[in-house]
Amino acid sequence: MTVTTADQTAREKTARDEGARGKTARARGSRSPLASVGLHATLLVASVVAVFPVLWILLTSLKPAKYAITTDFVKEPNLGNYRYLLEDSHFLAWFGNSVLVAGVTTVLGVFIAATTGYAVSRFKFPGMKPLMWTLLITQMFPMAILIVPLYNLMGDLGLLNQPLGLIITYLTIAVPFCAWMMKGFFDTIPVEIDESGRVDGLNPFGTFWRLILPLAKPGLAVTGFYAFITAWGEVAYASAFMVGDENLTLAGGLQTFVTQYTSNWGAMSAASVLIAIPAAIFFLFAQRHLVAGMTAGATKG
Amino acid sequence: MAADTSQSVAKAAGADAGENSGAARGPSRATANGNPRPGRGLGRALATHWYAWAMVAPVVLVLGVIIGWPLVRGVYLSLTDANERNVSRTIGVRHIEATYEFVGLDNYTAVLGDPVFWQRLVWTVLWTVACVSITFVLGLALATMLNRQFRGRAAYRMALILPWAVPGFVSVFAWRFLFNRDNGILNKVLDGGGISAVPWLDDPTWAKFSVIAVNVWLGVPFMMVALLGGLQSIPGELYEAAEMDGARPWQRFRHITLPGLRAVSMTVILLSTIWTFNMFPVIFLLTRGGPGDSTEILVTQAFREAFIASPRDFAGSATWGVLILALLMIFALVYRRSLRKQGEVW
Repeated sequence: MTVTTADQTAREKTARDEGARGKTARARGSRSPLASVGLHATLLVASVVAVFPVLWILLTSLKPAKYAITTDFVKEPNLGNYRYLLEDSHFLAWFGNSVLVAGVTTVLGVFIAATTGYAVSRFKFPGMKPLMWTLLITQMFPMAILIVPLYNLMGDLGLLNQPLGLIITYLTIAVPFCAWMMKGFFDTIPVEIDESGRVDGLNPFGTFWRLILPLAKPGLAVTGFYAFITAWGEVAYASAFMVGDENLTLAGGLQTFVTQYTSNWGAMSAASVLIAIPAAIFFLFAQRHLVAGMTAGATKG
Repeated sequence: MAADTSQSVAKAAGADAGENSGAARGPSRATANGNPRPGRGLGRALATHWYAWAMVAPVVLVLGVIIGWPLVRGVYLSLTDANERNVSRTIGVRHIEATYEFVGLDNYTAVLGDPVFWQRLVWTVLWTVACVSITFVLGLALATMLNRQFRGRAAYRMALILPWAVPGFVSVFAWRFLFNRDNGILNKVLDGGGISAVPWLDDPTWAKFSVIAVNVWLGVPFMMVALLGGLQSIPGELYEAAEMDGARPWQRFRHITLPGLRAVSMTVILLSTIWTFNMFPVIFLLTRGGPGDSTEILVTQAFREAFIASPRDFAGSATWGVLILALLMIFALVYRRSLRKQGEVW
């Protein structure tokens, strides 16, 4: 017993020494104190620039609306702005619209795009190259080219001012983008898994459904999250297609607080906080995967 | 009765799928072995590739209906004189038929002959180049710093990513609040330092500066995180070897870091160029293209034609849209060709 412990300790010590040595090697020579101060000063300034606007909005939202434009960091903090927002404005309706539109867009987008991502990741088939190009090019479509035809189309179908119209519109953004990102994720799953599925007598659909899809769950989640954020933050279509106070999404609704003539900065800041905080918390957890998925899809394409 | 039918259908479908996948497996294995495919008939292609085609079918269908059709229609609209008054519309129960006409390339000659287009183009290019280059340099600098080992790295990283985590339109409103001429915090602070108020959004030059600043603020986190990922994939041995050979820090950066980041850089520069070129919300929400029309980029101009101008000029907007798309396609082709010349596989 004691022997094992000693042995273990010794092994741990060696491992630690190795780790330390690795670390020293990675640090590549030590930094002078001056360089260190410079590094921290630069990063500190950059961090303040990054955080300040967000922090300022948070602080403003807690001040009574009449003090919104003062420079005091905190002044008579209370939740009046939030109460106004939830009780006397259409905020909840906008929030509901945004959740509905972005949520359905995400589910449909991921659902439609998943098989395509798999097919272009695994198979070589006639038409694959053009399809890949189409997916890439449609991602850089400016909304300017589609917005008028879609507007007229939605008008003809009676879908203007309807969440469904906006959902269909957002699929034009979500589908190519989801398919492209899913390809990146499927590329990271070893092909051997597909082969073992084939050996077990599964057809390609079976392999996809039973083996690959469960493994790709993190990828599906990240793609879905990205699609959600994109739809959540879309401004142009939402501004053009939705009118009337209660039909707006958040992007449109927030504009009504700060028009050319009136500026309800108190309500605006409180709304901003309610929109940003849940998104930011979730985002900070997911961001590592977000970039990996995006650049993987693009560099390996 | 109903159960029987469905069962037999399911069985038939199962048998069918089995047969097809069996047929599919044979040829595909043959191809994998490098044997030339015997026969090139459509039937054979269908047998070999039907499952791949079935898998991409939903997306092809969706793309065709909600992107392909509107795209064709957009191009068509740009060749007509459609506007708010002559498109088909329904007022109450009365349906009015469209009366716009085909006018050929008139819209294009009108737009291209108008100095407004060239002004917008110059500013859009300037805006894109300024935003992308500043964002890239700042992102690279911060990523290089964060790539070292030091205390507090995780905290800095978290703080620096924050702008990316906030929905874009929220950030833009926040900046509008900070930029407010009379009451914004920026001017109050300057005032405290004895500097007179800066008309951030009310003066053409300052407005241009402001929109670029906000877009850079929004874009740096993505750039930084992507480049940080690239930096971490460069093997440390390269640096050690270079250090042994006596390479100075700048030389190491120039000859190891930059080439090592090439693939990631190419991708993020392409992506952020396209995003910035089409960056609607920053301009639209921060300045509405103003003051006057000094910050209007091509995309916001196209939006203005169709949704703010009176009467709404659908044909004109479509023309701007087609021109923007053409510009982006040319850019992508040139970019791809230059990558090919350098031997990148993309």
